[in-house]
Amino acid sequence: MSEQEHSEHIVPPATYLAIILTLLFLTGTTIWAAFVNLGRFNIVVALAIATLKATLVVLFFMHAKYSPKRTKLIILAGIFWLALLLGMTLSDYITRVDYRGVRFPISQVSQQLPAQRG
Amino acid sequence: MSTAAAAPVKTMPEHHYLNATYGIRSWLLTVDHKRIALLYLASVTFFFFIGGFFAMMIRLHLLTPSGYLLSADTYNRMFTMHGVAMIFFFLIPSIPAVLGNFLIPLMIGAKDLAFPKINLLSWYVYVVGGAFTLYSMVSGGLDTGWTFYTPLSTVYSNSAVAPAVVGIFITGFSSILTGLNFLVTIHTMRAPGMTWFRLPMFVWAHYATSIVMILGTPVIAITLALAGMERLFGLGFFNPAMGGDPILFQHLFWFYSHPAVYIMILPAMGVISELIPTFARKQLFGYHFVAAASLAIAVIGFLVWTHHMFLTGQSTYAALVFSFLTFLVAIPSAVKTFNWVATLYGGSISFDTPMLYAFGFLGLFLIGGLTGLFLGCLGTDIHIHDTYFVVAHFHYIMVGGAIMGYLGGLHFWWPKMTGRMYPEWLARISALILFVGFNLTFFPQFLLGYLGMPRRYHVYPPEFQVYNVMSTAGASILAIGYLLPMIYLTWAAFCGKVAGDNPWPATGLEWKTQSPPLTENFEVTPVVTWEPYDFHNRPDLGLDAVAANGVVPAHGDD
Amino acid sequence: MHRTGELYGQFKTLEQQKESATLGMWIFLITEVMFFGGIMLAYALNRHVYFPAFAAGSNTLSLKLGGFNTVVLLASSFTMAVAVWSSQVGKKTLISIFLLLTITLGFVFFGVKYVEYSQKFHHHLVPGKKFDIFYCVNNPAGCPDVDAPELMEESKLLDEAKAADPDLNAHAQLYYSAYFGMTGLHALHMVIGAGLLFWLLKGSLAGRFTPQWNTPVDLVGLYWHFVDIVWIYLFPLLYLIDRHK
Repeated sequence: MSEQEHSEHIVPPATYLAIILTLLFLTGTTIWAAFVNLGRFNIVVALAIATLKATLVVLFFMHAKYSPKRTKLIILAGIFWLALLLGMTLSDYITRVDYRGVRFPISQVSQQLPAQRG
Repeated sequence: MSTAAAAPVKTMPEHHYLNATYGIRSWLLTVDHKRIALLYLASVTFFFFIGGFFAMMIRLHLLTPSGYLLSADTYNRMFTMHGVAMIFFFLIPSIPAVLGNFLIPLMIGAKDLAFPKINLLSWYVYVVGGAFTLYSMVSGGLDTGWTFYTPLSTVYSNSAVAPAVVGIFITGFSSILTGLNFLVTIHTMRAPGMTWFRLPMFVWAHYATSIVMILGTPVIAITLALAGMERLFGLGFFNPAMGGDPILFQHLFWFYSHPAVYIMILPAMGVISELIPTFARKQLFGYHFVAAASLAIAVIGFLVWTHHMFLTGQSTYAALVFSFLTFLVAIPSAVKTFNWVATLYGGSISFDTPMLYAFGFLGLFLIGGLTGLFLGCLGTDIHIHDTYFVVAHFHYIMVGGAIMGYLGGLHFWWPKMTGRMYPEWLARISALILFVGFNLTFFPQFLLGYLGMPRRYHVYPPEFQVYNVMSTAGASILAIGYLLPMIYLTWAAFCGKVAGDNPWPATGLEWKTQSPPLTENFEVTPVVTWEPYDFHNRPDLGLDAVAANGVVPAHGDD
Repeated sequence: MHRTGELYGQFKTLEQQKESATLGMWIFLITEVMFFGGIMLAYALNRHVYFPAFAAGSNTLSLKLGGFNTVVLLASSFTMAVAVWSSQVGKKTLISIFLLLTITLGFVFFGVKYVEYSQKFHHHLVPGKKFDIFYCVNNPAGCPDVDAPELMEESKLLDEAKAADPDLNAHAQLYYSAYFGMTGLHALHMVIGAGLLFWLLKGSLAGRFTPQWNTPVDLVGLYWHFVDIVWIYLFPLLYLIDRHK
């Protein structure tokens, strides 16, 4: 058979309460951070906080912390493949330079090179 | 053929899954993985002949350079529907849903898949998806190419795109459910002693296939959902007129559709890995490497998708990286091929029909795989992109590889599925007809493509006619090669010679139960004490008997 | 397969059955990740290309409603987790109470979503021929629920965005395609989840879930938390693109 079935780990409701309070606090934090001008780092902060929240949900609400290694492997595989899909596709877009040396996105071409448009 | 006068007369077992219950309800509501496999067999065969009909129309039309048979528009519909029927409704479900469904529980010593009802659901989902696509075919067909490139499919095409997209979207979930079921079953349902490295290579191949199914198929589902909504409600993601990007569609489409090629070929490789040791009477060479190569193909197969898009204006740097990764995927494929050849070396080879298909696979997959490298190479791809070279390449993989594997597997396990043998000489002859017909159909297309004949055109310059006539002639022979097995296998299922439990003999667990098996597969759960493909230390292996040593009663069966 | 008590015929033990079911659910959730991944990619690319339009579109969403819904959904995840705990320790009444709470919070979410969607509909912000990001600015009478200072603010933001992107309306429509695509898909998952919760509630009122057998509660819990995670990402991606102006 495969690896031994773990004995079910029961998480007490007090832990859940602590987690939900943390999640609500982080929601407040992300709204507050959105109103601070961090330039291009706004999205980084927003995604970092969202990932922290998602991690808490996965680890505690979904019991991944107490699950067999196989479950953790599946979660990591999911994240990895999502990263492949997003990362490798966007790697095409962010490295695109056309024959005039203009970087993607092309939509900015009209503003950068108005003279070249017929 | 009375070689051994003492050989006992083989009789069909009294009880088996086919005569356990009767009536149409007992089939349509069955949760037995073996019956569901037969339901799938009937439905994929149906779509195979639909796709084959369209293929014949294409080949007949191309007999003459100016093409008198079909109008240009009809021709577009023919090749599109040929691709849709063959890829989404035949090749992707063929080996996994028919042979995989039937064999995986038997091979790992389980009574059924982990989720029998979900297994039945997956067939119904397939049928509903197929019905939508059939509706699209009879209500005028679709003309976008099986790739559904936008904005043609979302804005300009006047054909029945929407029902086809809905059908393929739905069928995708059948594939997801099958893959999910296989993964869970292989993880949790193995019999005592069936460790990971005692699994038959067929099961490893399906494990890798299932990974591709569950990680890739959802992406095509959302992609087609977005394209469908774009056609119906005017979302703009893939429409340049609204600021969207058609290349985004191609990225999303090929993120699934390239790995989908591995959904077709990996199970065929699994079949071949069973056939070659059995008919060479020799342990599979490099078991661990072949298993690891399956997983490597599944993973690397996800990293190469933009090689379909080298000429679409993607970034040069991305093209370089993806070209390099495409070359990488040849390594595990070559590992497998070399291991099969090494297995043959020094074996005592018999040329039974399944083995003929395996040899056919080896040669054709080799040609198909190597020409894939031509296409993955940035420089040569510019020359042969979108020509018949591509058509020939992927037919060598999908027909020469996947269908050869499928037919080889069908012959190999037909005695297990039906309890009866097919006529051996007729089968050998039709395997040869198939091989000759296939090469005559598709080898000229390599030449045509290299000379510059583009794919998907309904006319061509007169100097290409001789190759096209060869190709059409080959297709006619090929058609006979497909019809013959269909006829004699059906005949054999009812009237063939009784096969016995293990006619070959082969070493897998599926041969340790009766043919056809019981509904619950094994009377007692088997305990595995031997290494895979071991033809020397198996006292229980005989031509006529399966000894019961090493078997203990199953938990809760008594 | 024949059922003997709660054990299905293809399994040997309850442990094996639970292990298989849980594994199956996790694998299913991974397919869901990839499913949402495709539309996330479409979002990411278009946001990169048409940032001014996406920022302008985002600022027309109601942060109050979105923030409130985030809190509601997080709370429903909490009540779901407690329902799972109740089934593990065998507190049968508590299971029903917390399932009911989860369902209630789910419906609060639907209610708020309905308000948001109908607002967008009245403001001509649904992708299609009638889409007009300037509708409220140009027709204050058509948008009675938006007061004058808010309109002033919106007008200023849209003018700035228009200066950065002359084709603002078309590209804002892409933002709204992403908005309706992503939140619609999420809402669809919540509808399915709500159906599953009702099914659980029926089972728990019949007293079916015990510390020995509570797999359905556990699995629906996993699904519900996953839908929550999707929203955790959707909220900043859709509502908080460029709030600091």
